[in-house]
Amino acid sequence: MKSLKICIVIAAVLAFAGVSLAGTLDDVRAKGFIQAGVNGGVFGFSMPNDKGLWEGLDVDTARAIAAAVFGDAGKVKFMPLTAVQRLPALQSKEIDVLCRNTTQTLTRETTNGLNFVAVNYYDGQGFLVPKKLGVNSAKQLDGATVCVLPGTTTELNAADFFRGSGLQWKPVVIENTAELNKAFFAGRCDCLTSDVSQLAAQRSVAPNPGDYIILPEVISKEPLAPVVRHGDDQWFDIVNFTVMALIEAEELGITSKNVDKMLKSELPQIKRFLGVTPGLGKALGLDDKWAYNIIKQVGNYGEIFERSVGPNTKLGLERGLNGLWTNGGLMYAAPFR
Amino acid sequence: MSEIISNTKLQTLKPPVTNIGVLGWIKANLFNGWFSSILTLLTILLLWNTVPPLFRWAFLNSAWTAGGSVCREIDGACWSVVVNNIRFIIFGFFPYDHQWRPLIAMLILFGLLGFSRNRNFWRRELVYAWMIGLVTMGILMRGGFFGLETVESTSWGGLPLTLLLSVFALALAYPLGVVLALGRQSRLPVIKSLCVVYIELIRGVPLISLLFMGSIIFPLFLPEGVTINTILRALVAMILFTAAYIAEVVRGGLQGMSTGQYEAADSLGLNYYLTMRLIILPQALKIVIPPTVSILISAFKDTSLVVIISLYDLLKSSQTVLSNPEWMGFSREVYIVVAILYFLGCFSMSNFSRKLEKDLDTGY
Repeated sequence: MKSLKICIVIAAVLAFAGVSLAGTLDDVRAKGFIQAGVNGGVFGFSMPNDKGLWEGLDVDTARAIAAAVFGDAGKVKFMPLTAVQRLPALQSKEIDVLCRNTTQTLTRETTNGLNFVAVNYYDGQGFLVPKKLGVNSAKQLDGATVCVLPGTTTELNAADFFRGSGLQWKPVVIENTAELNKAFFAGRCDCLTSDVSQLAAQRSVAPNPGDYIILPEVISKEPLAPVVRHGDDQWFDIVNFTVMALIEAEELGITSKNVDKMLKSELPQIKRFLGVTPGLGKALGLDDKWAYNIIKQVGNYGEIFERSVGPNTKLGLERGLNGLWTNGGLMYAAPFR
Repeated sequence: MSEIISNTKLQTLKPPVTNIGVLGWIKANLFNGWFSSILTLLTILLLWNTVPPLFRWAFLNSAWTAGGSVCREIDGACWSVVVNNIRFIIFGFFPYDHQWRPLIAMLILFGLLGFSRNRNFWRRELVYAWMIGLVTMGILMRGGFFGLETVESTSWGGLPLTLLLSVFALALAYPLGVVLALGRQSRLPVIKSLCVVYIELIRGVPLISLLFMGSIIFPLFLPEGVTINTILRALVAMILFTAAYIAEVVRGGLQGMSTGQYEAADSLGLNYYLTMRLIILPQALKIVIPPTVSILISAFKDTSLVVIISLYDLLKSSQTVLSNPEWMGFSREVYIVVAILYFLGCFSMSNFSRKLEKDLDTGY
């Protein structure tokens, strides 16, 4: 009996030892694809199209990681996850990386044992109001009725904002987005609050989108970033620098169309970036062509932004905070050297 | 003595015209007294106010193929949200070019179910047909044989997934439920208490909590590198859940059997297995057909709860279409179509149960 117990303890120790030894990069290479957790349906970020193919900014970020690791953006499988499922799925190693509009917070970084890499979208909560209300700042919303979804941080943020500004407000809590839109456009509330990226989508379905404006105040910070587990620094570096590479490429003016021409560039930073001067890929444990593959197959950050959520899409979002730092935005990649 | 017998033929009086024919029927059934007259008039008023606008909305003013922006201009139904996305709603993530495979698999399933409705076909051949059918469906869905490209179960979705969950959950939960019911009636204390604990535990929690257990908590207990298919996890949760309810219904049937039946079996010298197989279960299961079918129908509808663990069943794939800005807000049309599909499933089940009751009715 005693020997059985000892055996169990040894087996458990060995199992845990196995956990700490096998890195995600090796696991991923062994199985031949990256398992990415994504949102089941947020237009522009992660959503299947009418052919069942995934499209969006988060999805393309995951494809970029696959391009970096395998040189093939198609070697990624998407697992749609709900808000409740997403963190346990990452913790239990069902997925290798989570690209699901997840806000970076202190508790998630620490208590939940996760690491957020570079931000791929800066979101924030805002207000949508009808133009005829004659309001051009959220500070004028005293006594407003506000349509809001229940149970999310959205409701809490709105409460904080109104209390903090000493304004009266009356929340109208509606469970689902479709009903929420209907109530707002039917005039049941003075304004609608949600993340700005969502407000744009909601405005686009208004009977007359031009009649509504998004107020300039953003009342919460929502840095959305891909997430990996604690304790695997190499994998963290790969995912982190994949996002950075998307940004760096835009800054260097490298796009999916001109990347082949850029291989002949004489600029040292472009030569290093594209692997013409070797070294960076090897440092990450990847092929030196990793960044070339990302840009060739997925495009740079600007291209992804334009085709997913940019002004010509149904969302029609401006770059704003998500512009390059050189254009007054927050997108800033660490030097590639 | 006067002539009593008249030779002239008596004129047969017809009943008043208001008592026969259409008018008579109307009078007897719709205007039978002041109370029913008022009810009839109110009902006519209600129908007059609802049916024509509904008809105009659903058919006359509706759009069937137009895009989302055109749909917003009209005040009728926008069926094009379903028409334009029908393949995603029905097949989910199944690769676009291979969607004929789940289509054929579903047709095979419908064919087998149709044949199985008729008790004349309940022969050994039907069992073989089901086996061949299931293998064919598996090959069609999964691929990897005969030059068919492999499609992983994570890409299954829409109607095939709903049917897969329903058919397997119901077909496997039923025998498990019967075994549990027999176990609960058993004279062996260990078996009996195990069954009681199982049934009461499962019935004490909602299905949603079992699905969450299966999809979120269970993977944390698994050893490194072992993952179990999400669909399988949901399916097992549904089987375990439904079986517990069926067990209680079947127990009701078993307790409804008179002791005379057991004694008759004993006096024939039948052992436990034969007693149950030949005498008790056929009668007990027959009398509990109506409540069993109620449970199966609600289990069929409960398959839509897998939405909360992000399986793309019929309901989820339909909802996903609605988060596309082009189609946002046309939830009525989408949900009506989904409701019709669910109704067809549930109605054919209850229809079959009534037919079965009639067929098996022996008068005692």
